[in-house]
Amino acid sequence: MTLIRPRRKHSQADWTGYMAQRAGQARDPAVARFFATPPPHPDTPIAEVPLVALDMETTGLDERRHAIVSVGIVPFTLDRIRLSERRYWVVNPPRVLAESSIAHHRITHSEIATAPDLDAILDELLEHLAGRIVVVHFRNIERPFLDAAVKARRGDSVIFPMIDTMSLEARRYRQSIWARFQRWVGRPPVSIRLDASRARYGLPAYHGHHALIDSLATAELFQAQIATNYQPDTPLRALWC
Amino acid sequence: METELLEIYEHLGKHPPFDTLSDDLLELIASRVEVSYFKAGTPILELDQPLGHLHYIRSGAVEVYRSGGELYNRLGEGDIFGHFSLLRNHKARFPATAIEDTLIYFVPDEVFQQLCEEDNHFADFVELERPRLESAVKQQRKDNDMMITRVRKLLSRYPVMVETTTSIRVAAQQVTEAQASAVLVLEEADDDPRRSFTDSEERTWQIRGILTDSDFRTRVVAHGLPPETPVGEVISQRLVSIQSDESVYEAMLTMLRNNVQHLPVLYRRRPVGIVHLSDIIRYETQSGLYLVGNIFHQSSVEGLARLAPEVRQAFVRMVEEGANSHMVGSALSTVGRSFTRRLLELAEEKLGPPPVAYSFMVNGSMARNEQTIVTDQDNALVLADDFVPERDDEYFAALAKFVSDGLDACGYTYCKGDVMATNPKWRQPLRVWKSYFTGWIERPTPERLLHSSIFFDLDSLYGEETLVEQLQDLIVNLAPNNPLFLAAMARNALNRTPPLGFFRTFVMEKDGKHNNSINIKRRGTAPMVDLIRVHALACGSSSQNSFQRLDDIAQTPLLAIGVADKLRYAFEFMCMVRIRHQAIDLQEERQPDNNIEPENVADSERHTLKDAFQILSNAQKFLKFRYPRPTNRRDVR
Repeated sequence: MTLIRPRRKHSQADWTGYMAQRAGQARDPAVARFFATPPPHPDTPIAEVPLVALDMETTGLDERRHAIVSVGIVPFTLDRIRLSERRYWVVNPPRVLAESSIAHHRITHSEIATAPDLDAILDELLEHLAGRIVVVHFRNIERPFLDAAVKARRGDSVIFPMIDTMSLEARRYRQSIWARFQRWVGRPPVSIRLDASRARYGLPAYHGHHALIDSLATAELFQAQIATNYQPDTPLRALWC
Repeated sequence: METELLEIYEHLGKHPPFDTLSDDLLELIASRVEVSYFKAGTPILELDQPLGHLHYIRSGAVEVYRSGGELYNRLGEGDIFGHFSLLRNHKARFPATAIEDTLIYFVPDEVFQQLCEEDNHFADFVELERPRLESAVKQQRKDNDMMITRVRKLLSRYPVMVETTTSIRVAAQQVTEAQASAVLVLEEADDDPRRSFTDSEERTWQIRGILTDSDFRTRVVAHGLPPETPVGEVISQRLVSIQSDESVYEAMLTMLRNNVQHLPVLYRRRPVGIVHLSDIIRYETQSGLYLVGNIFHQSSVEGLARLAPEVRQAFVRMVEEGANSHMVGSALSTVGRSFTRRLLELAEEKLGPPPVAYSFMVNGSMARNEQTIVTDQDNALVLADDFVPERDDEYFAALAKFVSDGLDACGYTYCKGDVMATNPKWRQPLRVWKSYFTGWIERPTPERLLHSSIFFDLDSLYGEETLVEQLQDLIVNLAPNNPLFLAAMARNALNRTPPLGFFRTFVMEKDGKHNNSINIKRRGTAPMVDLIRVHALACGSSSQNSFQRLDDIAQTPLLAIGVADKLRYAFEFMCMVRIRHQAIDLQEERQPDNNIEPENVADSERHTLKDAFQILSNAQKFLKFRYPRPTNRRDVR
């Protein structure tokens, strides 16, 4: 895949065309079904876009050395976050679990030992994501980790459009003229981490580092960002990347 | 439990009405909630909008309005709204708007209905306020019943302690210096942790015994022991002690059983003090009974005034021991009456016997037996009809002045409205009093009643009781038949409205403004007393106490079934909040007052107080409707 690379800015990419093209190429049936479900048109107002918040806990930050241990998703719209449709899985990483990461995400060895491999939940996960726009906080974890995990198990790459609430925060608080001026006069940049960002919108502090709660927290943050900085009729193309 | 929902589960579980739900039901809610964010200023519910969810405020703040646009309530984190509409027609009856950035958890209607069905407490909470209030009052009483005074309460200082090797002389010197009457004798501990304790310097000790004043006599002097003898050689090996959280009663029994007068008090194994039998007797005799006896033993105003601090102590202790408002009110009224009576006796001793018969009439809270520690004097003189002003008034003016000044010296301040026997207007023969009352009842105006309604609580305190009883009979006979009078009293009873409730640490007013404190008497107990008095007058009750008046009212069909109970609980709760607030003021050595700061009221109590205000407010609305101004020609201007 040379057209799309992770860790590069994709904000104006032709995601619709890319998804359609991948549907024809994928060998794995689940991956093919995922790509064959078309995402909403780029001009769709965000209020009408079916969304799904996604968060993963991993054993580290490098997708080549670390692995996924849990995945949480919460389907939502601008109007409602539907917890009853949430999904949460603990998976058994093929790589060794470092002690330090246990303290971080509070998932224990025994919990993981009895958990299935990611392969067992992959079909279901992709099914829940299909046709929806995935919302994450910091796409540079979720995107490469999921891509690497699927590639290792199914031989197919899985890259798709996402809305990144951290990027939306960065646009406003890191890249705006005002933010640059602030930095120029020596003010430290504001934090765009999940909790700090939520606090700016009056959202409560949740105990972080649980994939489901973090995906709920991300969904709430996205609702708050649109309510504060955008309009319900903002087109999808202005937000995804 | 699905741990991934712990976050939501825990938050719900801390707030009523979810806080008493079973874990299963809480999990059910947590797994079914929907979430949405509302920016400050955004409407959450519009009038008549179809409604399918109970709304729970996870963070932020919301204002709820009446259909007319008037502010109904302001809600914060952990509050719910929308339940009234869910119970009725699923259309929003009260529109709501986020006034801060707000996160709402929506509980689906099916789950809400299931909660109502499976949990009575939840159903009660969302359906009506009464049971919430009732259980709070009952719980309070139960908690207090168990809270028998602990023996540590009697301790005023740490014990004097010496080592077994200390000489008797040094031990005696230390006891004398400390003005104590016993010394604890310690020894470096053996390895038995059941008996040892560690001091601040990490040394381990155990108590070997106690040496009391009488031991110095019987064990030392009587045996002719030299003063340099180590105390370890004279103490008895047997030590009786008590844990600091045992009751005073238990301490007394322990002393009697073991025939000792000193009892070391231990916290775990560490000695924290010594109680003496006299401490217990003093504690017992500080009771109201002792106090009242003491009042009648005083032969001067100065002597009476010196008892004022004891009144305060007795009040604080009653509150701590869990007395309810009725007990506290009666006890303090008894004390107040005793002061007044003793002052009248002293006045008669000084001035000689009265020229004509009289009754010293008390009004207001003392007549109702509802006094608190913050109170002024309301009294009057009803004189026999053979009273001749030119001949007799000098005597009664002097008597009134003596009593009034005396009461002021004892802590009962002069009445700001000058309702005192010192005012010639309120020092009249019975026939004048009868014409006063007849005029007030038959030709009332709210303005006239405003200043005289205090006389509708009346009781004879001293002298010829029948004089006041005749006035009571007159009121009972005239009042129920005079709708104009009842309407005017009702109108005055509506002058003081309860606040809307609380919002965080502020008192909410109907205009949406905030106050940081609330006068619980002016905005709560006094309007409630006024309201109960109107109903009592209407149904011909001759009771003076508000609770007894409620009992009388409940015998009649005047109020809907259960309303009198609601009022009783609301009144009791407001009284107790006021009483406890004053007790805390006294304990912290502040001047006690009626101003409650919401931040000093516990969360759960704030909810209940809000309910009590709501009940008062509803009852006031009923009052307006029940006692309308009669419309006849004379009234049309």
